[in-house]
Amino acid sequence: MATTTRTIEVELSTSGLDAAGRPQRVPIVTNDGGTAVALEAPPMLEPDLDGEHMLINIGPQHPATHGVLRLVLELDGETVVRCIPHVGYLHCGFEKIGEYRQYNQIIPWTDREDYLNSPGNNVAFALGAERLFGIDITERCTVLRVIACELSRMMSHFVWLGTTCIDIGAFTPFLWSFQQRESIYTMLEQWCGARLTTTLTRVGGMAADIPDGWTARLEQFIEHVPKVIDEIESMLTRNAIWIGRTIGLGVMSPEEAVNYGLSGPMVRASGVSYDVRKDFPYLDYETYDFDVPVGVNGDVYDRYLVRVEELRQSTRILRQALDRLPGGPVNIDDPRVILPPKHKAMSEMESMIHHFKNVMEGPRPPVGEAYVAVESPKGEKGYYMVSDGTSKPVRWRIRPPSFVNLSAIPRMVEGHLLSDVIAINASIDIVMGEIDR
Amino acid sequence: MESFTIVAVGQALGKSAPAPATPKKIPNRGGEANPSAAALKAQFGDAIHRVDVVWGETTVYIDPTRAKQIVQWLHDDPSQQYDYLSDITAVEYRDLEQPIEVVWHLRSLPYRRFLRLKALIQKGQPLQIQSVHSIYKSADWMERECYDMFGISFIGHPDLRRILMWEQYREGYPLRKDFPLRGRFSRSEQLRQALSQNPEAKYSMEELSIAEAFEELPKDMQQRLRAGEKTGE
Repeated sequence: MATTTRTIEVELSTSGLDAAGRPQRVPIVTNDGGTAVALEAPPMLEPDLDGEHMLINIGPQHPATHGVLRLVLELDGETVVRCIPHVGYLHCGFEKIGEYRQYNQIIPWTDREDYLNSPGNNVAFALGAERLFGIDITERCTVLRVIACELSRMMSHFVWLGTTCIDIGAFTPFLWSFQQRESIYTMLEQWCGARLTTTLTRVGGMAADIPDGWTARLEQFIEHVPKVIDEIESMLTRNAIWIGRTIGLGVMSPEEAVNYGLSGPMVRASGVSYDVRKDFPYLDYETYDFDVPVGVNGDVYDRYLVRVEELRQSTRILRQALDRLPGGPVNIDDPRVILPPKHKAMSEMESMIHHFKNVMEGPRPPVGEAYVAVESPKGEKGYYMVSDGTSKPVRWRIRPPSFVNLSAIPRMVEGHLLSDVIAINASIDIVMGEIDR
Repeated sequence: MESFTIVAVGQALGKSAPAPATPKKIPNRGGEANPSAAALKAQFGDAIHRVDVVWGETTVYIDPTRAKQIVQWLHDDPSQQYDYLSDITAVEYRDLEQPIEVVWHLRSLPYRRFLRLKALIQKGQPLQIQSVHSIYKSADWMERECYDMFGISFIGHPDLRRILMWEQYREGYPLRKDFPLRGRFSRSEQLRQALSQNPEAKYSMEELSIAEAFEELPKDMQQRLRAGEKTGE
């Protein structure tokens, strides 16, 4: 059977209309003399919408707002004219509860504020409390805390990467990054028994030393994870859709970024090399060899690049921490703050008294105050504690980096399209548990 | 697209300055004070009440009526350059006679300095202090939170309203020491108030006015709003 070739013409525009939406074929009209008269094309079909603004509401139960953030937007067409954020839907009064708890009892609350970075928060709180008690921790504890901080930084950045990809429309990197986050969770579970709410530290030490064979597992992870980061980068960094959805959005200049109090990857993407680990070091971070990635455009794309590079730098720090991990005790030798071992508490009078005092009354710091900031994945996380000499703080203040970063969102989204609001909001890396506390 | 020049932290210190290191074995009281404290004393004299060094951190007690002026000078003076506002908060002590403290945590990124300013508001005085919003944009939400939690009015703040609690919250200021942990009202009263909220009133009056959305509301709601009913958050 013979076949015939046919050519099919595909019309891309709506038939009969030109690009401006006017009909192409105008009916022929004749005058009294019978000659054709040219008719003018009808005016634009689109109604004139100038000056009519629309009020729309995103959240608090919208999946792209990463929790219970609510944004009220005034739109001109599709352009955001004004943005009014509402927070507080998750407010549970952590700071008030902290005034009724002993220092070690507050540590579980720090898990629940920035719940993607629980070990990092535990470490930050313990550092603050130790400043208040005047304690210097052991060397092994310092290195273990660095490992905890960097693992939680990677955990948080992987979640950020995955959810931002989902927001912008890529699904595969989400699965890859959540696999890595899962293996970090498994390691934390082996360390302290919990995945999400770790409560890893105590004032003066850690809840537990790492189990046998744990370092081998961490080493395996450090070997493997750069390949995954490369894979994720190969999907996104030069992807036309990703670039189109992120470049030039939410630009903050360095001066503005500092004035708005941005911290973490947000301020570094704007070209300010402010990293608490380098500039106000803690946990001997000055002895580790790592770089601080800095962007020069201050847009969503630069924030992505900065965070991906921070993942790589974290593996570098983890490698160095593993190499130098010293032996020795994890907890300091001070019965004022550290519980005696169980067998001693049951057999020695002194230890039993210390155990009783520590549990029932709690350790008492001298009168004083301390503000200790650490570099959390979101930025400068500060704990400000004031003691009046009793076992409970007079005031426990959390300086939440997401809260301050989010306060710049009206400045960042105004003038952009509605769909870009989602990308800009994702780039801030907010955790509502930390914002509302 | 034009790109920014990278701003290095600690640039005002010069290359020869020692690299920052983790502080260790810090004494409870005393130690080296932040040089800005002496500069403040020279510049403002009487307005600087006291300088304390606690756990290695310098606290400067300032005159509450000149708070903004002092912060402005710290921000603008080329020898200080406190360009980064870390935190604004307040402290109330369990001893109710003690004054309420408003606390600013400032950082000078070019000089890598950290300074704590404190202004005391005596009990019985009106709870108000000057806002630093015109100096630091980051003060916007921090001052709102401080107002929300302690009831301290920041004079000069352009939009001082509650931020974490909702607009119609009537129980007072949660972080004050006379506020009980479980709230002022009973659970049944809290539930009654929550149920009496109008779920349709999603927008504040300010938001309704921006897009002429007020005209689109049902007639009965317009009347209730005109009569002074507050809308929900």
